[in-house]
Amino acid sequence: MSASQGSTNTNTEPWGSFEDNNIIQVTGSAVIDMENMDDTSGSSFEDMGEMHQRMKEEEEVTAEAAAIHPDLGEVLIYLVSTQVWQAGKQQASKAFNLYANIDILRPYFDVEPNQVRNRLIESLIPVRMINFPQKVAGELYGPMMLVFTMVAILLHGMKTSGTVIREGTLMGTAIGTCFGYWLGVSSFIYFLAYLCNAQITMLQMLSLLGYGLFGHCMVLFITYNVHFHSLFYILWLVIGGLSTLRMVAVLISRTVGQTPRLFLCGTLAALHMLFLLYLHFAYHKMVEGILDTLEGPNIPPIQRVARDVPVVASAVVNATIKSIAAVVQSQ
Amino acid sequence: MAEVEESSKPLFAGLSDISISEDIPVEGDISVPVGSQNPDDDFSTLDEPVKDTILRDLRAVGQKFVHVLYPKKSSALLKDWDLWGPLLLCVTLALMLQGGSADSGEDGRPQFAEVFVIIWFGSVIITLNSKLLGGTISFFQSLCVLGYCILPLTVAMIVCRIVLLGALSSVSFVVRLIVVTASFSWSTFASTAFLADSQPANRKALVVYPVFLFYFVIGWMILTFSPSP
Repeated sequence: MSASQGSTNTNTEPWGSFEDNNIIQVTGSAVIDMENMDDTSGSSFEDMGEMHQRMKEEEEVTAEAAAIHPDLGEVLIYLVSTQVWQAGKQQASKAFNLYANIDILRPYFDVEPNQVRNRLIESLIPVRMINFPQKVAGELYGPMMLVFTMVAILLHGMKTSGTVIREGTLMGTAIGTCFGYWLGVSSFIYFLAYLCNAQITMLQMLSLLGYGLFGHCMVLFITYNVHFHSLFYILWLVIGGLSTLRMVAVLISRTVGQTPRLFLCGTLAALHMLFLLYLHFAYHKMVEGILDTLEGPNIPPIQRVARDVPVVASAVVNATIKSIAAVVQSQ
Repeated sequence: MAEVEESSKPLFAGLSDISISEDIPVEGDISVPVGSQNPDDDFSTLDEPVKDTILRDLRAVGQKFVHVLYPKKSSALLKDWDLWGPLLLCVTLALMLQGGSADSGEDGRPQFAEVFVIIWFGSVIITLNSKLLGGTISFFQSLCVLGYCILPLTVAMIVCRIVLLGALSSVSFVVRLIVVTASFSWSTFASTAFLADSQPANRKALVVYPVFLFYFVIGWMILTFSPSP
């Protein structure tokens, strides 16, 4: 029975086994294409099915061409152009799947909402055990959302403080600051960790620092709306300190030796706390200056304006304050 | 019993037994009535007047506006997505937020390019996020939904401009706050009605939050807009 058939002599399975004479070229991509989100993705059975499908499509196209254009020359031209188009499309989709594959990032976004909530709360609770390497979750969803939230809060702060950006836009500055801090400081601390032989990967560092921004977001959200200096200092020490302590404790638990620990954690603590200080004061001075001047008409306005503001902006502020003081005094 | 046996076999099992012997001539005339309509059907819209094309597209856009204003669980926005409506809304919003006069000293107002870039890059990031979280919606479908759901915010912007034609007082601020808050929550609700269906059930909150943030930023830009004196 099976000896009489030529090419289909391996037809033993009910689903039609692999026919080797039909394989032209196996698509070789280094990355598993997870675009097919079903459970059979990655199995060679699916690839064979896809190839059979493609062969059938090409046969259909050829049959269509023969039906529409009875002339042989036109058939050939049509066939060649179709095949060129198909080949080009396949090449482009292969290249796209290889290089612009966002599925590389897919495992890092595999979280549940309650996990994100727990990690947010845990980012303010310093761990006690530093002799045992602490577990750091490697996910990117929470950090990215926190960075975007901080961008939104920064925008609000910049707007209410009347900041004037000369070269660039408000949005660009906010995004640049937040993303630059997150990515830049993570890379820098990862580099220092490499020097100090700390056991932490880049993804874990990104995740750790991203969650450490939760404290920053809370402090900025409160103090951009309630303008009390003492409140800011208390929040800076307490909440900023807690999130810094958490990150420092995790890093200490993963580093050996007193000097590397001191070096790495000192740098991280300094950068993290100073960043919060910078964010508060960079966009706060204008409002402060105007508020102080309005309280005391005897104080000359020029001395209360911040010194490191660009010249044009400070001239505008001076003119405004003088006119307001004149109005207040005339009443 | 034979019928039961036949129905239990796979459908085309009997066909492999059929063979056509060579001495029976099989010939005839098979002519497929292929007229000139088939390949030209795809290009027939080239011959219609421009007014018809524009009106058809405008009607599709208007139908989707109605779907956004009354967000039921329909798939009209998803099945034939288009980006004309989002472009129209985005340009209108950006023009209205620009304020008209270009004051060189007062750069606190968002420029046209800023609003445009925020809307489109925000939509792209939300789409990437929902795809990475395992969503089944395609890239352009998601862009389409997010763009169309800016409609309530555009309406709020128009209302705010009208309110600001009057006096700049705290009453007008409260009115604008209420209008912007209502339209921003409407936008978020409308877009989640379309987007959240394509996500696994327990991860809806993870997709809703960036959408909320996105419309919040746009709503905040509308609320803090003040016309030039």
